[in-house]
Amino acid sequence: MIKCENLTKKFDETLAVDRLTLDIAEGEVFGFLGPNGAGKTTTVRMLTSLIGPTAGEATVMGYKIGQDDQEIRRNVGILTETPGLYDRLSAWRNLTIYAKLYEVEQVAAQVEKYLKMLGLWARRHDAAGTFSKGMRQKLAIARTLLHEPKIIFLDEPTAGLDPEAAKLVRDFIAELKGEGRTIFICTHNLDEADRLCDRVAVFKTRLRVVNTPKALRKQLYGRQVVFHLAEAAEPFGAIAATFPFLKRTQTVENKLVLAMDEPERHNPEIIRHLVQSGANIQFVGELRHSLEDVYLQLVKDES
Amino acid sequence: MEKVKTIVLKEWAEVFKNRMVLFTVAFLPLLFTAMPLITLVATANLEGDISGVDSPPDEFFGDLCIELSEFDCTQVYLLNIYTLMFMMLPVIIPASIASYSIVGEKTARSLEPILATPITVLELVTAKAIAAIIPAIVVTWIAFGAYVIGAWFMVTETIFGYLVAPMWLIAVFIVGPLLALMAVSAAIMISSRVSDPRVAEQLSAIVVLPLLMLIIGQSVGFILIDRRVIVLMGVVVAVLDAGLLYLSVRVFQRETILTRWK
Repeated sequence: MIKCENLTKKFDETLAVDRLTLDIAEGEVFGFLGPNGAGKTTTVRMLTSLIGPTAGEATVMGYKIGQDDQEIRRNVGILTETPGLYDRLSAWRNLTIYAKLYEVEQVAAQVEKYLKMLGLWARRHDAAGTFSKGMRQKLAIARTLLHEPKIIFLDEPTAGLDPEAAKLVRDFIAELKGEGRTIFICTHNLDEADRLCDRVAVFKTRLRVVNTPKALRKQLYGRQVVFHLAEAAEPFGAIAATFPFLKRTQTVENKLVLAMDEPERHNPEIIRHLVQSGANIQFVGELRHSLEDVYLQLVKDES
Repeated sequence: MEKVKTIVLKEWAEVFKNRMVLFTVAFLPLLFTAMPLITLVATANLEGDISGVDSPPDEFFGDLCIELSEFDCTQVYLLNIYTLMFMMLPVIIPASIASYSIVGEKTARSLEPILATPITVLELVTAKAIAAIIPAIVVTWIAFGAYVIGAWFMVTETIFGYLVAPMWLIAVFIVGPLLALMAVSAAIMISSRVSDPRVAEQLSAIVVLPLLMLIIGQSVGFILIDRRVIVLMGVVVAVLDAGLLYLSVRVFQRETILTRWK
């Protein structure tokens, strides 16, 4: 659905996006992660035909950016970083304007559908300026979806929202994912990306890494199992280290952390051996690194 | 055309909820209509007293006062100045609407979602221009109509003939809209560089300065506004319009708005 080949954007002498190459499949939820000023918004603007690339090329739904710009705009939805609503106008009026600009056939029906879907129907006659941040964001999301785009770009969809509003927005994105739409999310919220995205890219002017969150964790940390013992773990670390299939052994107070490829296969043997050596195992679990750990590790490696 | 209409109606719904714009659109025309009528009422009883006052030399009036008494000539002269003021309305009003509209969208960051829709830049600029120009022209014409009707009750038929002379009809009905277009183009360019609508409005209103100079010039006897001046003004403004419109469309490109507007 979205293909980029060496997509590059320069502003005078500043390189904002450097040779970005990506291939995003239909129905995929793709997370675009990176620090402030990494070039995420610039990338979204290029892919939505708001600004042109300096070099390289990209196609969105088969339409070429810089050539089929009107078609791209007609077929994608974008939630910009700030809602950008008309504060003096009602929610209904805000959406009606955009439905007409997006050439929606059943304007009133579509506006009603999304106001109801996002729980704003009761406030439809109220000025957008009187809405809470969460409601404003929901209204902006409704605006993004009015023309039923197959590809949706969401630029920081939960930024600045309280946890309850953020959850509402996240749940709605999950619903959209269920409808088979292709979703491109720029976010700082790594937990959100972890939960919603099929694949994530870490981006800072150029693409650092792209993979599924699970594969990224595995790539960086491998699979790790943590054994909680009733006593200090250090003496058992040396015992465990004798297993040839272990990649890494680490002890922290009463925790023994072992890295291996197939814990399902090796755990019974390790447990037996540790118990025979006098360990009192309280519980065993797989250590899950958050996407945040992965991201911070990648950014650290980069610097 | 549907998109242009949508934006125009949106602009009016938004901008006329702004008190500053509403004040400019409603109060100025009232003032400009009342001033000449009050002057006519105030000077109605001065006939006979006016001879002997210092007035510009006869040769200055050219063919303005042929077959007119000194009193009538003075009235025509004053009314000319006031009629000229009706050309200021199509400059001040659209500059105010366009400034509040564009800078308002900039500060609310509502331009990016609009630019992401399949609207063309030309449609957007056209809609913004129409939204600013139409109210200005309508209000100017209504104010001018009220002034003409009011004057009809207060002046002689001869003086009234001067008031609705082709020269002034050209000024109000042709040069006025051209001036409005110039003000909007200037407002678009200025609005792209500032972040306060009041600053944009004030800077855009600079376009009114040449008009003010004409009014002052005629008031102090430096220049006489006649048919030639009005026609020349129309030609100059039309040429300036073409250039300013070209520049404002260039400023109003998606990439420029999103990456260069301050």
